[in-house]
Amino acid sequence: MAIDTGPAPTTVPEPPPGAPPKDLVMHLWRGDASGGRFQEYRVAPQEGEVVLDVVHRIQATQAPDLAVRWNCKAGKCGSCSAEINGRPALMCMTRMSTLPTDQPVTVSPMRAFPIMRDLVTDVSYNFEVAKLIPAFKPGPRDPDGLRRMAQVDIDRGQEFHKCIECFLCQNVCHVIRDHEENKPRYAGPRFFVRLAELEMHPLDTLDRRNYIREDMGIGLCNITKCCTEVCPEDIHITDNAIIPLKERIVDAHYDPVAWLGRKITGRPVPLAAAEARKHTGAAHAQPAAPATPEPGDIA
Amino acid sequence: MPDSERHDFDVVVIGAGGAGLRAAIEAREKGARTALVCKSLLGKAHTVMAEGGIAAALGNVWPEDNWEVHFRDTMRGGKMLNNWRMAQIHALEAPERVLELEEWGALFDRTQDGRILQRDFGGHRYARLAHVGDRTGLEMIRALQNRAVSIGIDVFMECKIVRLLQDGTGAVNGAVGFWRESGRFVTFGAKAIVIATGGLGKAWKFTTNSWECTGDGMALALWAGADLIDMEAIQFHPTGMVWPPSARGLLVTEGVRGDGGVLKNRDGERFMFNYISPFFAAETAETIEEGDQWYTNKRDFRRPPELLPRDEVARAINSEVKAGRGSPHGGVFLDIASRRTPEEIRRLLPSMYHQFKELADIDITTTPMEVGPTCHYAMGGIRVEADTEATTVAGLYAAGEAAGGMHGSNRLGGNSLSDLVVFGRRAGLAAAERALGMPGDPDVSESQVADVTRHARSYFDNEGGEDAYALHRDLQDTMQSLVGIIRVERELLEAKERLADLAERAAKCAVEGNLQFNPGWHLALDLESMLAVSNCTTLSAIERRESRGGHTRDDYPGFRPEFENVNMITRLVDGEYTIAQEPKPQMPGELSKLFEDGAH
Ligand SMILES: Cc1cc2nc3c(=O)[nH]c(=O)nc-3n(C[C@H](O)[C@H](O)[C@H](O)COP(=O)(O)OP(=O)(O)OC[C@H]3O[C@@H](n4cnc5c(N)ncnc54)[C@H](O)[C@@H]3O)c2cc1C
Ligand code: SF4
Ligand code: SF4
Ligand code: FES
Repeated sequence: MAIDTGPAPTTVPEPPPGAPPKDLVMHLWRGDASGGRFQEYRVAPQEGEVVLDVVHRIQATQAPDLAVRWNCKAGKCGSCSAEINGRPALMCMTRMSTLPTDQPVTVSPMRAFPIMRDLVTDVSYNFEVAKLIPAFKPGPRDPDGLRRMAQVDIDRGQEFHKCIECFLCQNVCHVIRDHEENKPRYAGPRFFVRLAELEMHPLDTLDRRNYIREDMGIGLCNITKCCTEVCPEDIHITDNAIIPLKERIVDAHYDPVAWLGRKITGRPVPLAAAEARKHTGAAHAQPAAPATPEPGDIA
Repeated sequence: MPDSERHDFDVVVIGAGGAGLRAAIEAREKGARTALVCKSLLGKAHTVMAEGGIAAALGNVWPEDNWEVHFRDTMRGGKMLNNWRMAQIHALEAPERVLELEEWGALFDRTQDGRILQRDFGGHRYARLAHVGDRTGLEMIRALQNRAVSIGIDVFMECKIVRLLQDGTGAVNGAVGFWRESGRFVTFGAKAIVIATGGLGKAWKFTTNSWECTGDGMALALWAGADLIDMEAIQFHPTGMVWPPSARGLLVTEGVRGDGGVLKNRDGERFMFNYISPFFAAETAETIEEGDQWYTNKRDFRRPPELLPRDEVARAINSEVKAGRGSPHGGVFLDIASRRTPEEIRRLLPSMYHQFKELADIDITTTPMEVGPTCHYAMGGIRVEADTEATTVAGLYAAGEAAGGMHGSNRLGGNSLSDLVVFGRRAGLAAAERALGMPGDPDVSESQVADVTRHARSYFDNEGGEDAYALHRDLQDTMQSLVGIIRVERELLEAKERLADLAERAAKCAVEGNLQFNPGWHLALDLESMLAVSNCTTLSAIERRESRGGHTRDDYPGFRPEFENVNMITRLVDGEYTIAQEPKPQMPGELSKLFEDGAH
């Protein structure tokens, strides 16, 4: 499913003085799993538009069957990921005014995922990984039926929860972008964020560290930070999620006692371990020693 | 092409927003084999866009708050047209549903002592909305999605349902859809079906809604013979972006006003003080001084009129713009820059800050926003029985925005997210109970399936017809200009005619290309639903000759006693849309006491 980069971008001529503003020249990738190429479209510019608007206008006027995935057009759902002038981004949050106009604007599908059609890729790999993540497992509620957590203890978790699952980070991570064969043993940055969020949740009682090391493949990440650079939600994927996860795993490996001191809640969890194993086919959850909840300890 | 793909389940849930996810979780946990079908990817449903919060009388910020106050606010906000029993169940059960989200991993903002923090929103007497900054919907959908995945629910994504299937008695026993990727058809057999397909905003030109909100579920139910209720009740959110054109309609959360933002006209006047209706006068500040003190001393002062229910604020903005006192791009100003520090604004309203910065090149910490009304929410929808969410068709249930009744003629902010989980759960429960009590497998009719697929494909054979995009534009123009925020009989009748004409043209709509991920074809099928619900809205709007909540008639201003106690019911009879007035369920005495003068 390698993308044929099609005709080399041409230079867009300047209109003569006094002429209406020159048309936008868009090179959109069209094709399917069997192949395809960039096709050129010209449309009149409109004020304040984002790339998705222009793609929609082309769809509504020139190419009714142009496939593009989107939902919210507000940067909230993470559906419209693509590569704009070769740069991975959300189409709905990329203003046309931020792109050079002397060259055609190219829009191509994310490269790390198989093409379905035109700008739409098959991102099912991500949904498969999601199924493997051992779920949140809180201890019992407080006697009054509530749960208490201090705001400072969930600030980091809330940063991770901003993730809109655009999968742009997955798309740029060289571990899978260039090595399809790594996919079965690599969760990727999006899911390291998810695992970090669970590991740092003040009320969670599961220990996923062995699993993160052995089955989620975090060792393959060599901290290039490309994922952090493309994240539209400004999540510090590498610094705040991956590096702390790597540190914890090292602790677990060499010094279980240090880890026990850090994990804040928990009781023996044979049930949880069994459940998690059922979903993943892997033995990864260790019973943790009981301790009184002490929010804050972990982050 | 083989059309043989077939799956049998006990319960099929159509829609994976908050309502559908919650319904599927409940049905699965009750032991039913459950499928969740959605037309976009999992986790992308419109619910993800919800910003401000989820309303529940947890009493964390105001211990005085309880379900009775929430119930009363909801009924008054809905101008008493609400199904009282739904409003009661909602107020009673919302707190536990919120705590349950926390159980599944949601991280709501906290109070000083570590409980869930609650924020102020229009029409709620106390700060009541649990929230996560201004991305509450994302938090909610992710918590539910993770839960659904962890209990192993079968999910069919990017699969659009086009028709329900029925047995000889009229009970639903399945559904036909197609994979958007391949265009191949798929048949579901089901003992019970829950519709949770969300709203219909895409029939209007300026809307906060995502592409999915095309009224599919309401249309599916209607075509299967179900009743729709109060379809005239459409909420126009007062604050949508008005500029740039490409962002027109996008929501500016009510949280901006809850956190201190005020509305001003061209002359810098806080005009809302001129629009306080007698219905809300007792609980609204009369002067700017009084209103401003409320932000810091909510006990002793009344709230500013910027926080009146949405219908009131939307009408006021509309009037200011009409009177020539609007902002340069045809809205009014929403000013938080002069009321809060830049740091506070960025912390309290991060997505709004982001949205204006990215899309309009405006820094809301220094510059007022320009805002105006935008189509936001359908209060009306599929008529359901309050306790079980059963529709008027056997085996069919509905929850979330697709269902009607709960919000009467106007919804309070935050009451939708809570509605989704309260009634999503109940619908899933009732559907599972029905399915588990039925022996054998559903027996779907192959000829019905063949009819549906033949019809859906026929668009490729229509030569020389208009394309779906142009028809959609015409529909949006019609609804926007003739069935918008202010309505009048002459225009409504014109809309009815135009819709009839559009339906004829849409039947001949021609689709180019092939079945593979073809948005032109998808839109042609979505148009069928949008036309159906637009017709119902227009008919109900003609029939309700008064102004109530989201339905404003220029020719019949104000409430009218003869419409106080009736619901507008639309249904298909022999292929024709019909409208009937039916009495609304009456509230028992012990609840009506809550509305006597002076009662809070
Ligand atoms: C910008 C914005 C902000 C909001 N903020 C708030 C808020 O702060 N608080 C609040 O309470 N409410 C808020 N609301 C309202 C609230 O978000 C919605 O009413 C609610 O999310 C609707 O949820 P739902 O589960 O009914 O449906 P949706 O979330 O709309 O989901 C519908 C589902 O149905 C599927 N579907 C539709 N048709 C088909 C079909 N034919 N076949 C298969 N699947 C189909 C879709 O794929 C989707 O999965 C907001 C709304 C908007 C637009
Ligand atoms: S930092 Fe790690 S996860 Fe991120 S892109 Fe680089 S290798 Fe991939
Ligand atoms: S972490 Fe950022 S880049 Fe990765 S999926 Fe989430 S939002 Fe997208
Ligand atoms: S369409 Fe939702 S993020 Fe772009």
